[in-house]
Amino acid sequence: MADPMRIRAKMAGDKIDVRILMSHPMESGLRKDGDGNVVPASYIVKVSATWQGKEVLAADWGPSVSKNPYLAFRFKGAAKGDTLTITWTDSDGDSRTDEAVIA
Amino acid sequence: MNRRLQKLRQTVGMLLLAGATSAAAQSATEAAIAEYHEMFGDENPAELWEIRGADIWLQKRGPLKADLTGCDLGLGAGVIAGAYAQLPRWFEDTQRVQDLETRLVTCITTLQGFSEEEVLAVKFGDGAKKSDLEALSAYVAAASKGMAIALPMQHPAEQSAYALGKDMFYYRAGPHDFSCATCHGESDKRIRLQALPNLTVSAGAQHAYTHWPTYRISQGELRTIEWRLQDCLRQQRMPQLKFGSAVAIGLTMFLAKTAEGGVMAAPSIRR
Amino acid sequence: MSVTTPRILKAGSLLILALFGQANAEGDNRSDRIAATVQDSFVAKRQAGMDRITQDYTQRQCTQYADAPLPGTVSAEIMRRNRATIKPPSDGVFLGDVTAGEAVARRGRGLQSSDDPAKPAGGNCYACHELAPEELAFGTLGPSLRQYGKLRGDSQFVLDYTWGKLYNSNAHIPCSNMPRFGHQGILTEQQLKDVMAYLLDPASPVNQ
Repeated sequence: MADPMRIRAKMAGDKIDVRILMSHPMESGLRKDGDGNVVPASYIVKVSATWQGKEVLAADWGPSVSKNPYLAFRFKGAAKGDTLTITWTDSDGDSRTDEAVIA
Repeated sequence: MNRRLQKLRQTVGMLLLAGATSAAAQSATEAAIAEYHEMFGDENPAELWEIRGADIWLQKRGPLKADLTGCDLGLGAGVIAGAYAQLPRWFEDTQRVQDLETRLVTCITTLQGFSEEEVLAVKFGDGAKKSDLEALSAYVAAASKGMAIALPMQHPAEQSAYALGKDMFYYRAGPHDFSCATCHGESDKRIRLQALPNLTVSAGAQHAYTHWPTYRISQGELRTIEWRLQDCLRQQRMPQLKFGSAVAIGLTMFLAKTAEGGVMAAPSIRR
Repeated sequence: MSVTTPRILKAGSLLILALFGQANAEGDNRSDRIAATVQDSFVAKRQAGMDRITQDYTQRQCTQYADAPLPGTVSAEIMRRNRATIKPPSDGVFLGDVTAGEAVARRGRGLQSSDDPAKPAGGNCYACHELAPEELAFGTLGPSLRQYGKLRGDSQFVLDYTWGKLYNSNAHIPCSNMPRFGHQGILTEQQLKDVMAYLLDPASPVNQ
């Protein structure tokens, strides 16, 4: 159901520069559609990034995060060629996991 | 005498200041948009549409269980590189001048066996309601990035589509007497703080046309020229422009031709 | 007699020819060229009905001469027709409420297929004009109207002129980009009076 993420993970000195675009409507539950009906809430509540089984980033999100969110962060310790796994879970219980190889 | 001069100076100063503040407000808005843009770096959520479009292009779908790699966008079956920079154009098989979206509809219906109704059920996406046409448009348009707009313009139907588009550009109607030219017929004008491109000259048309499809930050959606045109006409207080109609194709042709030589930069990211 | 009759006929046929010639020139009219296609390319949506496609004399002429000089005779005829539509305020009072006028000047919605027809339409003056100094988000499609009343006063001439300009801009400038707010029923008489006050009242923010 959910569309793939766009993940870029690149070495920047001794850190890994990670940039993620997620495809999600991020409906706050307050918006009305063109016909005036309230669009039900549906937004990402959890984002997690893991490297070698270790969580390097955990985020709790809410309805104030924008549609198709963009997340950028840096972490230390990984090397070129390692795999980074990103997972998000939304308020409907839907989730999506994608992987990227560090370049 | 001195006092008068001083007063005059003050007045002139105040006038200059007033001019400066409105210009500052405008550039502050533009700066905020630029800053937002910069936060994305070279990332553009339009890529999410491109990825989805590429996926749809290669998937075997529909009653005929076919992918779209046999789709002829004007440069031969399956050729997408540069195809968007040469649209709209005449297609022998459909005997019509088609823009990208209507051509995609042709491919999806003929190759995959979907009905036109099915394809057009979601023309413009809204949140979870996604449009395949927008995703495919992003994917195909991206393959023309960096290429100059060059329309064939050989077939008489292509020329008459251009002529129709030009006539329509100047067609004044509705309660407000608006035409496209009302807002887009002069250079260096703005509506509120929004700069208005002059679409009757090459530079203005290029500035506008080469950036579509674009990711509209204000909507969180990727939008195509078809969407842009029907939204302009809505603001002109006109009835609904039909998707893929002669007027929609004609206006696109007029814009593309006026923008000829411009280098495609779509999908872009905009306000 | 037998000699004059054919002469009259000849003169008559010349006149017919002349008229026909004019009709031919009309046949090359931009609106006529695309009328059928335009009709096929739109569909009514909510309050934006298909009647909006149909042009009146002014719209038709302004379409035809949009990118060419407007012939003097056409220009005069547009002004004559539009001047004839102007209705002065029914009670003779030109000035309404400044604050209400400001709201009309700011409001951009109204008559779009996406707008609520139950709500009053705006004049959207700020889309194109500079007015009060505190509003920096003004457009430049029209001239600045800052200190409009302060510069012009409130003589009967100014009242009549300004009312006419708001009511039907084409009475003064043929093919003006400015909507014909009164004639086309975009704004009500009361709204027009309120905008008048916003422009002309010495206490209005426009005149500070």
